Amino acid sequence: MSSTVAAPPAKAPKTNRLGLTMKEYQGAESTLCAGCGHDAITSSIIKAFYDLGVPPHMVAKLSGIGCSSKTTNYFLNGSHGFNTVHGRMATIATGANMANRHLVNIGVSGDGDTASIGLGHFCHMVRRNVHVVYLIENNGCYGLTKGQASATADKGTVMKSGITIQSQPVDLCALAIEMGCGFVARSFSGDTQQVRTLIKAAVAHTGTAVIDIVSPCVTFNNHEGSTKSQVYARDHEEPLHEMDFIPHYENISVDYEPGTAKVVKMHDGSHITLKKLEVDYDSHDRLRALELLSHARNENLFYTGLVYFNPDIKPLDEHMNLIDEPLAQLPESRVRPSQEAFASIMKTFA
Amino acid sequence: MSQAVADAAKKPATSDPWQQVNDVVIRIATPNGSGSQSANNALMRSIFTMGVPVSSKNLFPSNIQGLPTWFTIRANEHGWQSARNRTDLCIAMNPQTAAEDIAELQPGTMLICRESLKALVKRDDLVVYVVPFNKIVNTVCDETRLRKMVINMIYVGVVAHLLGIEFDEVEKAIHWQFAKKVKAAQLNTQAARAGYDYAVANLEAQTRFVLKRSKAAEGKILLEGNQATALGMVFGGLTFASWYPITPSSSVCEYLTGYMDKFRRDPDGKNTYVILQAEDELAAIGMVLGASWAGARSFTATSGPGISLMAEMAGLSYFAEVPAVVVDVQRMGPSTGLPTRTCQGDISKAYYLSHGDCKHILLMPGNMKECYEFAMESLELAEQFQTIVFLMTDLDLGMNKWLSDNFEYPSKPISRGKVLSAHDLSQNGTFARYKDVDGDGIPYRTVPGTDHPGAAFFTRGTGHTETAAYSEKAEAWQKNIDRLARKFDTAREKVPQPIVKNESGAEIGIIAYGSTDAAVVETRHILEHEHGVKTAYLRLRALPVGKTVQEFCGSYKKILIVEQNRDAQVAGILKSEYPELAPRFTSILHYNGLPIDADTLVAKILPQAGK
Repeated sequence: MSSTVAAPPAKAPKTNRLGLTMKEYQGAESTLCAGCGHDAITSSIIKAFYDLGVPPHMVAKLSGIGCSSKTTNYFLNGSHGFNTVHGRMATIATGANMANRHLVNIGVSGDGDTASIGLGHFCHMVRRNVHVVYLIENNGCYGLTKGQASATADKGTVMKSGITIQSQPVDLCALAIEMGCGFVARSFSGDTQQVRTLIKAAVAHTGTAVIDIVSPCVTFNNHEGSTKSQVYARDHEEPLHEMDFIPHYENISVDYEPGTAKVVKMHDGSHITLKKLEVDYDSHDRLRALELLSHARNENLFYTGLVYFNPDIKPLDEHMNLIDEPLAQLPESRVRPSQEAFASIMKTFA
Repeated sequence: MSQAVADAAKKPATSDPWQQVNDVVIRIATPNGSGSQSANNALMRSIFTMGVPVSSKNLFPSNIQGLPTWFTIRANEHGWQSARNRTDLCIAMNPQTAAEDIAELQPGTMLICRESLKALVKRDDLVVYVVPFNKIVNTVCDETRLRKMVINMIYVGVVAHLLGIEFDEVEKAIHWQFAKKVKAAQLNTQAARAGYDYAVANLEAQTRFVLKRSKAAEGKILLEGNQATALGMVFGGLTFASWYPITPSSSVCEYLTGYMDKFRRDPDGKNTYVILQAEDELAAIGMVLGASWAGARSFTATSGPGISLMAEMAGLSYFAEVPAVVVDVQRMGPSTGLPTRTCQGDISKAYYLSHGDCKHILLMPGNMKECYEFAMESLELAEQFQTIVFLMTDLDLGMNKWLSDNFEYPSKPISRGKVLSAHDLSQNGTFARYKDVDGDGIPYRTVPGTDHPGAAFFTRGTGHTETAAYSEKAEAWQKNIDRLARKFDTAREKVPQPIVKNESGAEIGIIAYGSTDAAVVETRHILEHEHGVKTAYLRLRALPVGKTVQEFCGSYKKILIVEQNRDAQVAGILKSEYPELAPRFTSILHYNGLPIDADTLVAKILPQAGK
């Protein structure tokens, strides 16, 4: 703000680069349980979109069914939202992306929505590389139907009902990598700094960006014996790196000791910096990523951060040889072929 | 060959009191995947280009190669196109079915059969032409691989001679068929010529069935319903399609892909559309809803099993008021059923698709032109009513070739319905997504990306208020669901209206829809001219019904509702709409998987007329 103004201005609310206040990125009041991990993620989404200065009207908020899917109502009131049916949000996101490739799609799903009923669609969305930020608020249980186990509950964990999980968990990060995803991250709802940074980077990514966030269910899956509880996640989280995001409209100035950090350039000109921590980890190495995830599953380790990153996978809209304008807005002259074209087709039937 | 048959075959071409000009049904039995389709199409086209109205029914198995296929060509000066249960000329090429094919023929039928099948002809009441196909093909073609492909073309030549099809037309048809494949066209022409020459030299001309140049098919076109549907989508301004392969609807999107690729590119070569093959029907309809919600004109095509999978999304579309078009090319169910047989068995399922109180708009085209026009109309209605619209065709319409009047270039501009732009919002000030502003039950919507602070709203399948806020309140729920019923009532007079042929003095009024029309039109002609029974006819073209249907049902003592399903699905809907008229309703049902034919229909209606 200019310093030439003589009198200090009346305390104007803080605004972002679009001149919008944080309020304009908020949504309806949450109706989730007090202390729910999802609410922390909602706050991170609000902050990330505010920080990035994404115009709310250009955002499409998409979700399926479940506690997590309700949260799209709790952020970005100025954006269109679509709370769809259980497990099918990935398909809705695919259609919405094709209709208007300029929309910023943020999909919020849960472990039931994605890892069980919607597993197939999730795989195919990733495989197609639909341009969407896809968050899984992963609590290892079905909160809205009172705590049944989900497919991401780790083997051997004891559910509140007393049932011990016998099946292998679905690792959505490993699956996403297997399906060819170019942006795969894992985080913890309590690590708000990391969640926010990951969301920003995901928005800047071209293609599907999957962030699997352990988000404890304080009501049904927060007890001892659960690997998705607040205490367990907090005590076991091991970040792969310290991450920072520098948006394309800001100058990058990084001064790390050589060899201690990696700077990754994204297609839109943004940068991700990954500062090395205890684990020596390279997010560009697909096989290393799968190995890490496999190791983490076997040893019950909870690594967080950008597990895999490859900005060079073509997104679906580019494969479709699409015009730049949204299909949704084409005038009749662009979508109805001419009389001559019609006549030429009719001739083939005569 | 018995003496009598031989005599019949050699009968001189004099005036024949039984002669039928331009009225013949040709049935060709071949194994699936033997290349007979090219021959059959060429034969059909050569009749068409002589100006004789022609249509075909392809009875094929759910199989790629080897199982029996029957292709029936009907040439008819009146333009009758429905199936017949009689054959005038049978071509037996398939050893698997020949015995049965021959046994089924009515006395006097002409039979062309391969030399190797001669022993199977154990009756003497047929006019039999034994043709040494293998010997003839050897004179045409050296390569064993190609022989298999062109052998069928020989019967085209034989039939041309027997029925009087000009060989020039055969040659043109073959070249049309093989378009740019010059060598294939030449080889196939040679095969047809060899068959023709053989017939001229060895087979006596017959006089019972004769094809003569006509003007009846002049200016007409010949195509499949799935082609017509695809065309409607192209000219209806479709921008997004998603589909999952399923017989008999797959060719809708395959034709669409071809047309869009050619006609829907910007000058710089970029596409103004997307067609995506989905992972299943759940995804196909999900993508359609997503694209449509974001503002693109969208559709998917499927058949019965796909409809079952789309049920949940249909409810979302209905309740959240997101436009969607679903083409249902109906096949025989339940379950996997008979994937390559026709029926009208999805009507009530589609009408009420999804849980809770759901009712949907169904368009029911009865011919090629309507497949095209209703495809466009379905896109319009889906957006104008902000709901899912089903275009109900069937395998008979979709995959068979029908003769049609020329289509017309759309005269109506595209209307996207009640969509508010940023400009509209600045003018209006407020916007309540689910408010019935105009009293027709249809609210206003906005699409994502609309640059106005008041544009956004939250779309949900859960209970909501007029302003799209979540609500579990009883009054809010009921108000909304009542408005949806009002919207449905608005549709009654906006959907394509029935076509009514009143008949003063008639006691019987027939109601039919979809592909059944062809058989009904012919049936009414037969009833009137051969049995003296006059009938009125209402052809239903859409659901929900409106007052025209009610008036018609009230005007005739007996209402016969003809459907190609077991459970009288439209009759059920009409009974619930007009319980007071229900005592007049009698259902005439046909559901064996074969297209309904006039002979069957006449036989079922006559007792209703006291005959």
